[in-house]
Amino acid sequence: MSNSAGQASSPGAAESNSATRIMRQGLAGRHRAERRFRLYGLVAILLGLTFLLFLLTSIVATGLPAFQQTYVKLDIYFDPEEIDPQGTLAPKTLSRANYAALVRSTLRHYFPQVSKRRELRELYKIVSAGAGFELRRKVMQNPELIGTSETIWVPTSDDVDMLVKGHIDRHLPENERRVSDQQIAWIDQLMARKKLETRFNTLFFVNGDSRQPELAGIWGAVMGSVYTLLVTLSLAFPLGVGTAVYLEEFAPKNRWTDLIEVNINNLAAVPSIVFGLLGLAIFINFFGLPRSVPLVGGLVLALMTLPTIIIASRAALKSVPPSIREAALGMGASKMQMVGHHVLPLAMPGMLTGTIIGMAQALGETAPLLMIGMVAFIVDVPGGPLDPGTVLPVQIYLWADSPERAFVEKTAAAIMVLLGFLIMMNALAVYLRKRFERRW
Amino acid sequence: MLSMPMLILVLVVLSAVGYQLGRRRSLAVSTNGGAAPGQRLHSLPSYYGFYTALWCGIPALILVALWIALQSVVITQLVISDLPPEVQSLPEARLNLVVNDIKNLASGNIVSRQVDPAMRAAADHYLQLQAISSAALTVVVLALAIGGIAIGWRSVSPEFRARNAVERVVNIFLVASSSVAILTTLGIVLSVLFEAIRFFQAVPVTEFLFGLHWSPQTAIRADQVGSSGAFGTVPLFAGTMLISAIAMVVAVPIGLMSALYLSEYANRKFRAVAKPLLEILAGIPTVVYGFFAALTVAPLIREAGTSVGLSVASESALAAGMVMGIMIIPFVSSLSDDVINAVPQAMRDGSYALGSTHSETIKYVILPAALPGIVGGILLAVSRAIGETMIVVMAAGLAANLTANPLEAVTTVTVQIVTLLTGDQEFDSPKTLAAFALGLVLFLITLVLNVIALHVVRKYREQYE
Repeated sequence: MSNSAGQASSPGAAESNSATRIMRQGLAGRHRAERRFRLYGLVAILLGLTFLLFLLTSIVATGLPAFQQTYVKLDIYFDPEEIDPQGTLAPKTLSRANYAALVRSTLRHYFPQVSKRRELRELYKIVSAGAGFELRRKVMQNPELIGTSETIWVPTSDDVDMLVKGHIDRHLPENERRVSDQQIAWIDQLMARKKLETRFNTLFFVNGDSRQPELAGIWGAVMGSVYTLLVTLSLAFPLGVGTAVYLEEFAPKNRWTDLIEVNINNLAAVPSIVFGLLGLAIFINFFGLPRSVPLVGGLVLALMTLPTIIIASRAALKSVPPSIREAALGMGASKMQMVGHHVLPLAMPGMLTGTIIGMAQALGETAPLLMIGMVAFIVDVPGGPLDPGTVLPVQIYLWADSPERAFVEKTAAAIMVLLGFLIMMNALAVYLRKRFERRW
Repeated sequence: MLSMPMLILVLVVLSAVGYQLGRRRSLAVSTNGGAAPGQRLHSLPSYYGFYTALWCGIPALILVALWIALQSVVITQLVISDLPPEVQSLPEARLNLVVNDIKNLASGNIVSRQVDPAMRAAADHYLQLQAISSAALTVVVLALAIGGIAIGWRSVSPEFRARNAVERVVNIFLVASSSVAILTTLGIVLSVLFEAIRFFQAVPVTEFLFGLHWSPQTAIRADQVGSSGAFGTVPLFAGTMLISAIAMVVAVPIGLMSALYLSEYANRKFRAVAKPLLEILAGIPTVVYGFFAALTVAPLIREAGTSVGLSVASESALAAGMVMGIMIIPFVSSLSDDVINAVPQAMRDGSYALGSTHSETIKYVILPAALPGIVGGILLAVSRAIGETMIVVMAAGLAANLTANPLEAVTTVTVQIVTLLTGDQEFDSPKTLAAFALGLVLFLITLVLNVIALHVVRKYREQYE
């Protein structure tokens, strides 16, 4: 280009023509370059979207089967001899009775021809170890069941579930799969007799964690997340809004407030795992708070989400026009009244949006919670912020680490639940923004 | 004897009562001289109400917080002082075990050994002390709250400047909440620094920073191989750099090009759809990416590698790095989007006027002008990649491998922090303390990167504002 420009500056029509010619010659190539560049941009976006699609489909495809679970139909006779031979109905006797034996006798009844010990053991393995607990729960709830018969559906063991869902290949040699030929034959018979089928997996939504994949559920983790987020919200929201109001409306411009601002910006970019180290050293070792409790998790996550909330709240305060402030002051309001009665209500939707986004971040956070012991294996559903518990993302991490094939789909299903919560929170934030957004 | 939530609830109710009492009282005293209600008052009646409510709530809440903080320590000390002397003289670690057993016994859990009568008595004592403490707390807190109402109520008079008093309290709250950010930073620095210093007393700094061998597992017996453990972090940092570099190779071109396309070429409709969709990638929790990397991407890469005759580790750096790159795409693209939009339109118009095409304008005018901002954004993204934990914990290896081959398994700083600190830990072994030393280095690296990046971005913004 510089060449042609140099030629164009010299006089003469022929020269100028040749300059245009040179320009023309280059033009096609330049337009090709233009189209190529445009294409690169489009490809980049499509690649990003493809990754997203791939990620989501792979998770949904893996996780969807976990919402179904194979159940086996058992006609249980609540044998008084087995449960309560003395007929005392004392809770202690009822809770200690051998309910697994009831399940076993029903299974023997289904397949009377099986008699060898080894075969029997194989047969018993079809039903989940949790079936006995289910029976105990029923009897403890209603002792009048003793002596009667009832048909109940109990989950099968995870191997049977995997076989029915097709994750275990029937055509492999017997010693390479976890289900024996004999067991497959029994399962097929049960299915033919309509005593074995896949149904909606309610256990997944009501149970706590378990070592048995078919009994493991997310309710414990969901409640842990709820308590953790409650602690986080009740700390981070007032502190974040307070900081934002102070910095935007009251703070004098001096070294100290500069320091606070630099600090907040830096805290926003500190790796989350470092907050975990802080929680471990300060809250657990120094203050002696218990490990694995949602309270400590909530404290750590509150410190982590504070910068997000502060930055969003400050933006919301900044967007309130100064005329509102001047009008309030002009009417004789004190500065605190001006903020409390006028600025804060107008900025509130923006602050709430920022807070919800901060909470969504906290809900998905895993690493700092690993540091403060929330990785413990806990079966009980926590009943408060001081009960040991775990949270959804940590539960996902724990299940992802488990070797059983059945936990893979549980993990993906838990991810779907987590993503569902995140989508709801973000949708709420978007709705708030759309509903209350004001242009001044 | 109230449970904690009940106690708080009662306090809230009492404060509400205090508010009403204070407000009524202010109206009553103002009409004493025959004036219309509220006319002679310094502040609005509600401020007298708030003043009384604050007197009721705040001292009581502070007491509750202190009580909770100190209660368990005091009770434990009391129980220990009541134990038989031969138990008291046990070394601290054993004593802690005994105390734990007593607590388990008291809460009805299974204990680790035979229950002897002394233990049973101690557990009963523990329960009794807890009951006393809880009863005393209820009484003292309620007394304090009611006393607060009385103080607030008595101080209500037409001359009393209730609004100023209330505003002073609110102001104190605002200042206090804004210093939480400082306290957090201070807490991070102190907690990490103290443990790191303890670590460096056992392991020299030079070995830690320049040693080529990392195997923190200390042997139980002194004569076993590797009894001292090795704490050279070079392989960890090399692994971190390798994975971060792979992530950047994925994220920077894709993120930058999509930002350019979205801000320069895309029409409004496409932008409105594509931008939020891309940003979903930033909202997906990292543990999900970790699962995706370990379950889907790593086997894919391994199969692809095997099909062309390469041997790929199942926890290859490539898988973790690629997935991390995907996670960072929206981060790079939204930061670049900001700086590209900050380039003044006049510069674009000037370039078009000289006859350059759109892409030439981008390449020769916009990118050079936006470069400092983009570099700042990339630095922020690098610091994010270095500090990222879950993806590498789930998809990268555990063994410290000093290699630049992306197909092999490497480990990172964050992975080591997690493995050192999860599970059972004693707080004085160099193994645990090493995690804090790693945390210190991680914090410093990301801090420096952030400070530089924020500085560059701000300088760049000022240039065009």
